[in-house]
Amino acid sequence: MLRYTLRRLLTAVPTLFLIVTISFFLMHVAPGGPFDMEKGIPPEIKKNIEHVFHLDEPVWRQYLDYLGNLAHGDLGPSYVILNFSVAELFSIGLKISAWIGAWAMVFALVVGVFLGVVAALRQNRWMDYAVIALATAGSTLPTYVIAPIYQLVFGLLLRLTPVGGWGDGSFSHAIGPIITLGLPQLATVARLMRGSMIESLNAHHIRTARAMGLSDYSVVVRHAMRGAVLPVISYAGPAAAQLITGSIIVETIFQIPGVGRYFIDSALNRDYTLVMGTVVMIAVFTIVFNFIVDLLYAVIDPRVRYE
Amino acid sequence: MHKFQNRLVICVAALALFAGAAQAAGTWNRGANSDVQSLDPHKTSTVEEHNILLDLFTGLVTDDANGNLIPGAAESWTVSADGKVYTFKLRKDDVWSDGTPVKASDVVFSWKRLLDPKTGSEYASMAFPVLNAEDINGGKKKPDELGVKAIDDTTLEVTLKGPTPYFLEMLTHHAMYPVSEANVTKFGDDYVKAGNLVSNGAFTLAENVPGDHIKLVKNPKFFDAANVKLDGVTYIPTEDRAAGVKRYKAGEVDSMNDFPGEQLAEMKKEMGDQLHMGPELGTYYYIFKSQKAPWNNPDLRNAISMVIDRDQLADKVWKNSMLPGYSLVPPGIKGYSAAMMDYAKMGQLDREDAAKKVFEKLGISPSHPMKLELRYNTSENHKNTAVAFQEMLKPFGFDVSFVTADGKTHYSYLEQKGDFDVARAGWIADFKDPVTFLNLGHTGDGNNYGEYSNKDYDALLDQAAVEADPAKRMDELSKAEAILIKDLPLLPLLYYANHNLVSPKIHGFVDNVMDVHPSRFVSKD
Repeated sequence: MLRYTLRRLLTAVPTLFLIVTISFFLMHVAPGGPFDMEKGIPPEIKKNIEHVFHLDEPVWRQYLDYLGNLAHGDLGPSYVILNFSVAELFSIGLKISAWIGAWAMVFALVVGVFLGVVAALRQNRWMDYAVIALATAGSTLPTYVIAPIYQLVFGLLLRLTPVGGWGDGSFSHAIGPIITLGLPQLATVARLMRGSMIESLNAHHIRTARAMGLSDYSVVVRHAMRGAVLPVISYAGPAAAQLITGSIIVETIFQIPGVGRYFIDSALNRDYTLVMGTVVMIAVFTIVFNFIVDLLYAVIDPRVRYE
Repeated sequence: MHKFQNRLVICVAALALFAGAAQAAGTWNRGANSDVQSLDPHKTSTVEEHNILLDLFTGLVTDDANGNLIPGAAESWTVSADGKVYTFKLRKDDVWSDGTPVKASDVVFSWKRLLDPKTGSEYASMAFPVLNAEDINGGKKKPDELGVKAIDDTTLEVTLKGPTPYFLEMLTHHAMYPVSEANVTKFGDDYVKAGNLVSNGAFTLAENVPGDHIKLVKNPKFFDAANVKLDGVTYIPTEDRAAGVKRYKAGEVDSMNDFPGEQLAEMKKEMGDQLHMGPELGTYYYIFKSQKAPWNNPDLRNAISMVIDRDQLADKVWKNSMLPGYSLVPPGIKGYSAAMMDYAKMGQLDREDAAKKVFEKLGISPSHPMKLELRYNTSENHKNTAVAFQEMLKPFGFDVSFVTADGKTHYSYLEQKGDFDVARAGWIADFKDPVTFLNLGHTGDGNNYGEYSNKDYDALLDQAAVEADPAKRMDELSKAEAILIKDLPLLPLLYYANHNLVSPKIHGFVDNVMDVHPSRFVSKD
């Protein structure tokens, strides 16, 4: 197990290196730079700015500098949100995004697994159809539709939660983002859980368990669910990485100062360091969560062993 | 027991009163449609930052509630007979928020910092009228050679390269605001962080959380603090305009500086005079590559212009969130009369008839169509405008195709003088003077993307640049614009308009063409 962990950590380094390299050069291939804007600036002034940010150096040089800084954990200054380093921006935004994302994941997993199991146990009855309907709605209704509707109903008509903003960071500000962020995941989790639960309930070992006279609870929870939850876990890993690193739509509509918006904004602004920082952040989270998923597999599924 | 209860009641009541008082005395929650890039006056570039910096700092001159120029850190000034030397007398009671006086040497320091190539300031050009400024910024001269001198603590002498009649207007731009030398020296570039920053405006910086809010509190040391009614201002960036309107309706923000123009009609019905809309100093225009055949023909350019129904554009495409534009310089600059296209007053059908004759002469007709490639930066409304342009020209034999790109790609292509037939651009004034627009057609100007060049036009602009008599100067500029409108290398389509939602609780908010609203003149119920 320890050897496996070490091996996984070691392969993460070249993966990250590849991601950084490809993103860096792709980013520089895109035309325009952080300082091209509607109001053109005199060439001399642009030269000064580019010099200040070392953008006048050859790209390979910038790349090596970036790698060097990255190795020291330095993500550099933002080119567009001046006076803030990329690390500072993440330290403000990431805890908010991660907090909302984690709750959304919990919401999606708990409710999704529960609904999936209920639907599987009541297959082809109204309960099952209701869950399927919810799952379809959840995965087809885009966030940019759900979020404004939530704001309209709960923020403006019922006045239960604020329309937007982070305010003092109280939970009421997070409810809307959590629900809109979690709903599509919930739908997928419910669907996955239902499918694998139906399969699991028909498996031989479940028939054996029933024949041995185990209680319904024990059959469902201890035996059937244990196997059925595996697809959900492999789905949940990357999904959690995605949720925790924020969502541009949810953050823009609810005006949450998280890091999700940086992924798109920085690319459009050609804020090179912030683009790279975001890529590195998402890559690290994805690698880590996939690793956690693999470890969980070994814990839950007795057939899986890592040597 | 009773006693305890009574005490509790009193305590709660006092607390409620206290909390209520703290809120009621007025923090203006200002919704803003975009995030700020920086609060360093020397490093900002967007319109958004101007209002915030205007609250934080006071320039030598500053803006009143109408966006007109009033004395700021300088209480008076004199101009030499040749228009080249300005002598400013600084207020004796103007102090930084740490209590130290604002000195003439702070201004000298600030302008040198703005121009220092190492600062990398985007708006360094605001100081270019000052003697040697451009050379210093280009690294050809030393900062000490700048034409600005602190005669004593309260007297500042500025020597210009040549007479610049709009120099005072340029001083209202935040790039020219003074910063505290001691403060910048102490903290370096981090001076601008909350907790470090000292400023001489009506408010000081309390918090800056990117993407969330910027909180300013009243500066008790501000020279006019007695007349500042608000306790504070909180700027809240709300990029999603529809969400911004909902937050406004829910009372989470007291004002919004933008709203979806598409919903103008319904919103007007619902909110009445809370909705403020007025012309802004900004022009939405298309550019012809004016050296390239066939677009080098002014008759063709004018005929195309005549066919474009601007009322339709403003009404149908922009839902009246923009205004039809027939000149490059929008109306609203005192003393200046914009040169309008002479067919502005003609009916659309008459215009089309006149244009048709020109097209026929040039051999353009639906059976002999002419190709036109239009470049624009991606946006729903730019697309709709382009499609309307295409539809309006189609019956006359133009085959309009589109090339689209995101904003950065689009502008970097234009800046590198890439090839095109027609391209989209927009210009919003940095300061209240026609030259900011007219320079767009000056030979060699960085923003002259269509590479228009006309000796008479350049001559008039150059002459106006050294003209001491303001009335005469405006006249020359107007003449220059008339040349441009006749030649039409740029095709003005619409004027920008500002859109504000302002709660009835807010008083002292005045609509103006620069859309500047200093919080020091505003109060809240």
